[in-house]
Amino acid sequence: MSEHHEQSFWAQYIFSQDHKTIGKQFLWLGLFFLLFGGFQALLIRWQLAYPEQPVPWWLFGKLLFSETAGIIDPDKYNALFTMHGTIMIFWAITPLLIGAFGNFVIPLQIGAPDMAFPKLNMISFWTMFLASIVLLASYLLPEGTAAGGWTSYPPLSTPVGGIAGEGQTLWTLALTLAGTSTMMGAINYIITVVRMRAPGMTYFKMPLTVWGLWLTSILNAIFVPVIAAGLILLLLDRTIGTQFFVAGGLATVEGGDPLLYQHVFWIFGHPEVYILILPAWGIVSDLLSVFSRKPAFGAKVTAICMSTIVVLSSIVWGHHMYTTGMSPLLGKSFMFLTLLISIPSAIFFLNWLGTMWRGNLHFDPPMLFAMAVLWVFGLGGLTGLYNATITADIYLHDTMFVVGHFHYTMAASVLFGGLAAIYFWFPKMFGKKMNPLLGKIHFWASFIPLNYVFFNMMVLGYAGHHRRIYNPSEYEFLKPIIGLNESITLFAIILGVAQFVFLFNFIYSMVKGEKAEANPWNATTLEWTLEGPIPHGNFATTPTVYNGPHEYSNPAVKDRDWIAQSEPMPT
Amino acid sequence: MSEALAIKDPFGKATTGKLGMWLFIIMDGLSFGGLLIGGAALRAAAPSWPNPGELLNIPLTGFNTFLLICTSFTMVMALNSLEKGSQSGLKKYLALTMAGGILFLGIQVYEYSHFILGSPELTHNLAAAGFAEATNFLPSTGIYAAVFYATTCFHGLHVLSGVIYIGCILYASNQGRYSADDTDHIEILGLFWHFVDLIWIFVFTVIYLI
Repeated sequence: MSEHHEQSFWAQYIFSQDHKTIGKQFLWLGLFFLLFGGFQALLIRWQLAYPEQPVPWWLFGKLLFSETAGIIDPDKYNALFTMHGTIMIFWAITPLLIGAFGNFVIPLQIGAPDMAFPKLNMISFWTMFLASIVLLASYLLPEGTAAGGWTSYPPLSTPVGGIAGEGQTLWTLALTLAGTSTMMGAINYIITVVRMRAPGMTYFKMPLTVWGLWLTSILNAIFVPVIAAGLILLLLDRTIGTQFFVAGGLATVEGGDPLLYQHVFWIFGHPEVYILILPAWGIVSDLLSVFSRKPAFGAKVTAICMSTIVVLSSIVWGHHMYTTGMSPLLGKSFMFLTLLISIPSAIFFLNWLGTMWRGNLHFDPPMLFAMAVLWVFGLGGLTGLYNATITADIYLHDTMFVVGHFHYTMAASVLFGGLAAIYFWFPKMFGKKMNPLLGKIHFWASFIPLNYVFFNMMVLGYAGHHRRIYNPSEYEFLKPIIGLNESITLFAIILGVAQFVFLFNFIYSMVKGEKAEANPWNATTLEWTLEGPIPHGNFATTPTVYNGPHEYSNPAVKDRDWIAQSEPMPT
Repeated sequence: MSEALAIKDPFGKATTGKLGMWLFIIMDGLSFGGLLIGGAALRAAAPSWPNPGELLNIPLTGFNTFLLICTSFTMVMALNSLEKGSQSGLKKYLALTMAGGILFLGIQVYEYSHFILGSPELTHNLAAAGFAEATNFLPSTGIYAAVFYATTCFHGLHVLSGVIYIGCILYASNQGRYSADDTDHIEILGLFWHFVDLIWIFVFTVIYLI
């Protein structure tokens, strides 16, 4: 191929069209914003545990809140939880799971030389980068960044009756740009999977990781354009004086409808949670098989169940809006459809357990994180039933219970899925090994505090703690649980500190880590058949695929317990 | 062996680029769908909705619609010329298509400027359409105006992108990049341009006619 000539520094590392480099760029972007969003989480926790007390020096209190002597004022608090949500969802886990691993893994696992549209892939990353700059620029505005919550419901987000300042405008613009980047990625991933699979790589021979990323891209392709249209309308409301989402006494003309925004937002927003978690499900399904040295139990059924959820996820958005006064009949329909999702989820959950059942389990860090996903996703899924049920939801709506549930599925399941992926593919990405002991310390120091934090958030919510209040100590009924708030903050800090173990391990291993062999995990998928640093263009000769992705402990294979997808099965 | 393993492609001979454009068109259609359905929802809930015929210049925009349909025809002729091996025909018809697109945009700008600057006639029309005190028709004039501007402007930006896109392809045609055996780029451009035309039929119907 013509790509093997010498490239300049800029073409090789900055404006690269190589999917592996672009994947790493997304990884760095995602890790940066993960730290940023995590830091904001600690500031939020500080305010909830020690309301209106100065933020300590080790959280840069004096520096960040210099005007108020280190105290977080209500406006800044609103901005904190708004940007924490926005950044974690759209700038941390989206680039990590979809941007980084979608790019790095899909072409390698299906035996393709690159993405279908490498140039579009590069533009996708740089659009995301531009979106990041716009988002960060909003902090420089005199009135600060957006503060209307990550959902940005009108009237909080509209200029009429909304929160002062242009932060929300930049937020909307940044999100539109990030959505554009996502759409470009979705086109690339879908067409790559449809068109670029190596000979023999049928859909059901694709690793489940690719299934998850592919289904995610399909959801992205369908629903990001819809939220893009909604964001454009919000942007027009904020810039040229339309009033699509302004109503009632605030409006100067009749006919605007804030509920329309909620519908458009959640038509996208509910699929969005599946957009985020499908790659994690795929990765976990594969990793459990690798580290149990057993074929993934019911892999085909898992793929079909994930596809079923893709369909169902698009018709359940109303469960976010039970309290908006919708028709009870409509509410019940949404409730029924939402509860229906638990069936395919339960099926592949049991498949995961079936994969591990009587397996030869290897507790390497990727496996620990993958198993942790089972636990946290199990809890997140079960608590979802409470939110899906109208009677329970009317009480739990907008409480910390929702926050706990949401973090169990997103912050815990998706993030642990992403960390499992980082530990698993690090040797292929950087050619070095990560330290397994530090990996295990990172795991336990994350897993225990994380569960404490998010489980007790649900307890707080059950006690009636609203999700967005500034100072819980002002409410008589919340005073008895202020101790719980304090302990959650303590564990949140431990969770935050634990990530430095990971960061140290990540950077140290990259620089000074032991050189990794080509296939350290004895895995079967195609990326592990490549030796050394993978050149632009990946495979020297296009591999032919003979086996499924989970051929572990097959008795037909002598003297080892795995066979690569590209090796013919001995007869 | 490898022939037995070869993957059956349900999309036949369509090139990868063409598949990408089809997918983009579906996604873009969903964006338009979001705007049109959102507009319809606002209209269904609005206390009153003006009769577009009293306010908008239907004959002018009707001509614009006809013009855009004609450019679809010239786009087909561009491809047809290339398939017959006529480079000059390709360039001629691409240029005609581009000119049609520019004229469409010009008429849209004229329409907008007429609304924004205002005139006694517009004031009269606005009063007839139920905007008693308005002298010009701005995005802030009402929810109908907001829907009108958002939808037509979003479409206009697509025409603008299309014109720029045709310009790039025309430039490459001048360099002799395409031949009767290599028509893919022209076909992909055609897909986009026909989509922009087709979606205009919906926009015209929803915003101007009903």
